[in-house]
Amino acid sequence: MAELSKQNEPVDATPSVSEVDVADAHTEAEAVAAIEAPVERGEPILQVRGLVKHFPLTQGILFKRQIGAVKAVDGISFDLHQGETLGIVGESGCGKSTVAKLLMNLERATAGEIFYKGQDITKLSGRALKAVRRNIQMVFQDPYTSLNPRMTVGDIIGEPFEIHPEVAPKGDRRRKVQDLLDVVGLNPEYINRYPHQFSGGQRQRIGIARGLALNPEIIICDEPVSALDVSVQAQVINLMEKLQDEFNLSYLFIAHDLSIVRHISDRVGVMYLGKMAEIGTDQQIYDHPTHPYTQALLSAVPVPDPDAREGRERIILTGDVPSPANPPSGCRFRTRCWKAQDQCAEEVPLLAIPERFQGEDTPAAHESACHFAEEKDVVHAA
Amino acid sequence: MTLIDEAPMSPYQGDDPDSGEPLLEVRDLHVEFHTRDGVAKAVNGVNYSVKAGETLAVLGESGSGKSVTAQAIMGILDMPPGRITKGEILFRGQDMLKMSDEERRKLRGARIAMIFQDALSSLNPVYSVGYQLGEMFRVHLGLSKKDAKAKAIEMMDRVKIPAAAARVNDYPHQFSGGMRQRIMIAMALSLEPDLIIADEPTTALDVTVQAQVMDLLAELQREYHMGLMLITHDLGVVADVADKIAVMYAGRIVERAPVHELYKRPAHPYTKGLLDSIPRLDQKGQELYAIKGLPPNLTRIPSGCAFNPRCPMAQDICRTDIPALQPVTERDGGELVGRGSACHFWKETIHG
Repeated sequence: MAELSKQNEPVDATPSVSEVDVADAHTEAEAVAAIEAPVERGEPILQVRGLVKHFPLTQGILFKRQIGAVKAVDGISFDLHQGETLGIVGESGCGKSTVAKLLMNLERATAGEIFYKGQDITKLSGRALKAVRRNIQMVFQDPYTSLNPRMTVGDIIGEPFEIHPEVAPKGDRRRKVQDLLDVVGLNPEYINRYPHQFSGGQRQRIGIARGLALNPEIIICDEPVSALDVSVQAQVINLMEKLQDEFNLSYLFIAHDLSIVRHISDRVGVMYLGKMAEIGTDQQIYDHPTHPYTQALLSAVPVPDPDAREGRERIILTGDVPSPANPPSGCRFRTRCWKAQDQCAEEVPLLAIPERFQGEDTPAAHESACHFAEEKDVVHAA
Repeated sequence: MTLIDEAPMSPYQGDDPDSGEPLLEVRDLHVEFHTRDGVAKAVNGVNYSVKAGETLAVLGESGSGKSVTAQAIMGILDMPPGRITKGEILFRGQDMLKMSDEERRKLRGARIAMIFQDALSSLNPVYSVGYQLGEMFRVHLGLSKKDAKAKAIEMMDRVKIPAAAARVNDYPHQFSGGMRQRIMIAMALSLEPDLIIADEPTTALDVTVQAQVMDLLAELQREYHMGLMLITHDLGVVADVADKIAVMYAGRIVERAPVHELYKRPAHPYTKGLLDSIPRLDQKGQELYAIKGLPPNLTRIPSGCAFNPRCPMAQDICRTDIPALQPVTERDGGELVGRGSACHFWKETIHG
């Protein structure tokens, strides 16, 4: 904590995100009521402001001293609107999974706020926190390790009802689980089977059914299809899109496969080393990227078209992602950036609409954390 | 070491897949595994060849038999439970399956080398990378420890590991994923083999690092004029580097084609389905095409064409007769070089 106050890094401006409408709840009951209230489609349902998570690095056995911190997430802000899909992309180690855990309240944030319908969930406890958790559910990456091998499918999908009995009364649970199996496209008769009797794609459907069990409003998907075969990925993506329409869900879709993120997302955020590098609609990010990292990332993705390979300009980054325990000063991307200048080492670029595009009605006018933001169409550059 | 004559080197050989003798030829290979649940038929009659300077991509989902074929070629198949029941693997015309263990050992690493998917579990954590790289030179060439280490540094430089001399005594865990994969590549290349088998070399890496590693591999392949067999499930990577493609499904090659042809006009419904299920720009907001169903269980492969339960074009004949890999031609019967499809209805698939 003490270390945080030492940093006087400016907070991101994020002009396009609306001001947080903090609901005034003095009692737990009022907080619960605010959480239960519905949100209009398109309104922000989840607002993240200056979220920070540092994992301490300690030395010594008996007298532990903190010698530093892994800055997994270092001040990110974004809004998730009701009914939309926000894609988060970035390389491994950029902090996207830590964001997921923070939003689920599985990790306590070091600093920053997460407002769910105006309630800061990092400060909630007891009944109000339980109500929030019911409404934010998660689908995990690996369908082989995220299902308990000793539990039947019925027990796995029905387990959330044990914690939140108000959703389904005891006698009703079996039928509810069978309904859920049907919804995700599995045979309801499979209720007494064990996870090992299913294939990867089917297991991911079980994981999705478990996520849906409590009728949540937000589902956080952490790499939901990356462990699946190509032909099965499309099935699961289609299922998730169908469920979003059917149950009016908001998705936070974390993945490293850029083509799948583009297909499913309304807006996309690009993360690099604990910071948001660029955020905008899918078209703004993919067709008009202004941050060099986004451009490099997009140009590195192999295109499934052999005719494009000769003419395509590719930006091959040198080196690896620096350690989040000791990130570069100023812009974190500067060590691998071909545009880096002295300013980049000294000043942290803010996530804001670049000055040169401000007031202009171009798709390049979206938030990008770069001193030298410049539009470059890398996907179509052939 | 070089008992086998070097193939004639021609700079244009790589561009023309018809010239030159094949480096490696797999003929009618069958591999099965004996498991508690019965016999799993992992590879059921695979044929392909790789020439010097050429890149063959073997494309398939998990369980299609692509890695098992590679293991059989390298002679690192677990036997038992695995068993090669039929077929030949010819390396420069000699059947490797008939060679003695000692003969194979001399080929392995020196003439044919392999790059594995997961560099962290493929490298030994208790030896320094320099020692592991040097092992190739000590065992195959009989170099001294000191000379082998010098060679190891040279190889680390070749694959562009910064400060190679300082890092030669580091252990695998001290390197990042991309650097570890470079060490794997250095190890495979150290004796300048004729053929490299890369089994999902970039699957565990991030896209920016994947681009670096694939670039390096392509550059080294050009330089040494090696044959490269790339095993992957990523249609994007294949489009970037392959010369020709073999698509595998349930232990068989279902389609074979030069890279441009395959993406333009697939001649097998499975290939077509795979290509259609890639999210495309103009399909935003629409449902993705998805191949229905699941890949088959290898202990119970469907009768007839293994793809028939998932195929939109399946007819009665597909459930009874196994389609052979037949040559694909133009609508007017004109020859399409290097193309083949194992589908009863390839004409309908390719010509609509």
